[in-house]
Amino acid sequence: MPVHARPGDAHTARTPRVVVDEPTRVDRIFGVVTAGSGLLVLVLLTLVGLFLLLRSRDAIDESGVSFLTRVEWRTDVVPPEIGVLGLLTGTVLVAVIAVTLAVPLGTCAGLFITDYASGRSRSFLTGLVDLLAAVPSLLYGLWGLRLLSDQIAPLSEWLARNGSWFPPFRAEEGASFTGSMLIAGMVVSLMVLPIIASVTREVFSQTPPGEKEAALALGSTRWGMIRMVVLPYGRGGIIGGSMLGLGRALGETIAVSLLLPQVPELTGRILENGGATIAGFIALRAGSDEFTTSGLMAAGLVLFGITLATNMIASVIISRSRSGVGVEL
Amino acid sequence: MSAVALTWLVFTRLTEGSGWFGFLVAAYFTFLLLYGLVTADRLGTLVAADRVVTVAVTTGAVVLLTPLIWLVGYVVVKGVAALRPGFFIEDQGGVQATAPATAGGGLHAIIGSLEQVALTLIMTVPLAVATAIFLNETRSWFRRPVRIFVDAMSGLPSIVAGLFIYAVFILPYAQRDIGILDFNGFMAALALTMIMLPTVTRTVEVVLRLVPGGLREASLALGSTRARSVWSVVLPTARTGVTTAVVLGIARAVGETAPLLFTAFGYDLLNTNPFRTQQESLPLFVYRNIQSSSEAAVSRGFTGALVLLTLVLALFGIARFIGRDRTGRQARRRRRIPLPPPGPASPASPIAAVATPPRLPTAVAVRSGADPPSAANREPNAATGFAADPTSEEAPGP
Repeated sequence: MPVHARPGDAHTARTPRVVVDEPTRVDRIFGVVTAGSGLLVLVLLTLVGLFLLLRSRDAIDESGVSFLTRVEWRTDVVPPEIGVLGLLTGTVLVAVIAVTLAVPLGTCAGLFITDYASGRSRSFLTGLVDLLAAVPSLLYGLWGLRLLSDQIAPLSEWLARNGSWFPPFRAEEGASFTGSMLIAGMVVSLMVLPIIASVTREVFSQTPPGEKEAALALGSTRWGMIRMVVLPYGRGGIIGGSMLGLGRALGETIAVSLLLPQVPELTGRILENGGATIAGFIALRAGSDEFTTSGLMAAGLVLFGITLATNMIASVIISRSRSGVGVEL
Repeated sequence: MSAVALTWLVFTRLTEGSGWFGFLVAAYFTFLLLYGLVTADRLGTLVAADRVVTVAVTTGAVVLLTPLIWLVGYVVVKGVAALRPGFFIEDQGGVQATAPATAGGGLHAIIGSLEQVALTLIMTVPLAVATAIFLNETRSWFRRPVRIFVDAMSGLPSIVAGLFIYAVFILPYAQRDIGILDFNGFMAALALTMIMLPTVTRTVEVVLRLVPGGLREASLALGSTRARSVWSVVLPTARTGVTTAVVLGIARAVGETAPLLFTAFGYDLLNTNPFRTQQESLPLFVYRNIQSSSEAAVSRGFTGALVLLTLVLALFGIARFIGRDRTGRQARRRRRIPLPPPGPASPASPIAAVATPPRLPTAVAVRSGADPPSAANREPNAATGFAADPTSEEAPGP
């Protein structure tokens, strides 16, 4: 009996009934259990940060601030020189490539599902997006490594030959074009695509039908309606979805560790073989000696911080925007 | 057509490009341009813009489909080659580096995967459901931070989860040889829990939110406690949705590789005890074999990938089936319902039938703990959100 009313109040017409919430014992246990599991998530996330910090102390003590500014990762020299900068730039580059490719495509897919597809194909495509998200990243990596890589290489070569005025497209003479950050970015973009597509779909589908009909009634074409009504309405969702995708792309591990050579370096040339990302590098060095592991923990901490920040900003943007109030990410 | 021809001219003659992928991309953009120009010439720029965008947007949908089919086809073709019944009954014990791809099998990986995922499930499901209930059914001020943290945790890189478990449970006890605090399947399950918990929580929460508020209010108005109404009304209503969420969660957990690198570590032999010593799992098996330089190992890796993919697709199909089952039944039910029968004492009001899944009214009446006859009487009104006569409920006040 959670809700009681005082008998006296119920019968007098003037004063409103006072509702008192008196939880029973079962309810209290229920409250504690559910709140406890909610709290657990909070505690877990804090612990992740804390423990990574704790275990990475060796590496941070050794290299100090230069951990953030050094490019190389060498444990074979004394004292060891490890730094996260080369990994960090690679991580960001791959993620940015992935998101630049995935955002237009994902937005188009979201638009198609809400505004172009008809009933049956709509539910089919929605399922397809979910399925794309369910395919393990390992399989994407496998496919990218064994099949896609060789198909993209000629395109990279062509881009390098004809687009070298654009700095990222420069490549050294005789460089190999497989195992490049472009290919890694492409494969990661496939993994990010479903997230962006489902967020934008959700947002677009909440566009008030009245506004859409008004635009159509005023004589606009379908594209005019989308441009003037749907896209402005869904802008917050598109930005938030992209940020969310960026967060995923930053943390993508297995596919990238298969595709890139994982040699930390400071390079902007995305077409040729080279590059490393934090997550992929950690995966590749699993089971190393104590000091390396401590360095990996420090790198993991950096990655953890970045993805956490990106995701938090993303969810704030989505929930603040006009369209995103009820959206589930 | 003209686009393909023009592309061929520009792409291969003028810039010496090669490779069909580049050709396709270039042809697509040339097509878009030509199509836009032609329509603009004949029907005006407005129509041209509309049509070009239609094509572009449709492409977005096609791009979703193509890689999936391509990927599945590729894995199936490559994986079937070395797929033998032996794959499901043997492990990699005694397999030489020079052995053919069909030697040995992946039993150890399959068993490891199943055990780890089962352990993960045992830990994740109660926690996730409790957290989702906390987020949706209680009115604590504390919900907002928890929701933000669940959101943030769902973006946690999987490798960091593995690293965390390694840092907490394995690394400090590395030299002490404590069975459970070393590389083993249970540690893998812990790491997988960290990945799976937030995703399942959020899906379950969405499902719980779909339960009509009127049902909760009806249950509370009938005198059930809050815990009781969640247990007997909200959860049974959301059962299919929760099941779907869990199955999708399994599909994700089965394919995770990164957290296992630091926890289960991988092993070539069958190890059925997930609490002691390192253990193999399907993704790890694929990951290690695929990087090998021997053709046979790569082929074995593809077979493992095929089994993994089949598993994921099957789980996904199951989830879709469960999810669809409910909506299908609901729709059929809705169609069968005629116009509201006249008279105030209609036994099942159309509102109640439409707003709630079919089996629910009985569940409320039988299980909520209130006296059944009066509960059944009040039902039609209860479903709209109000109890029929509040006085009888409030009589036993303090």
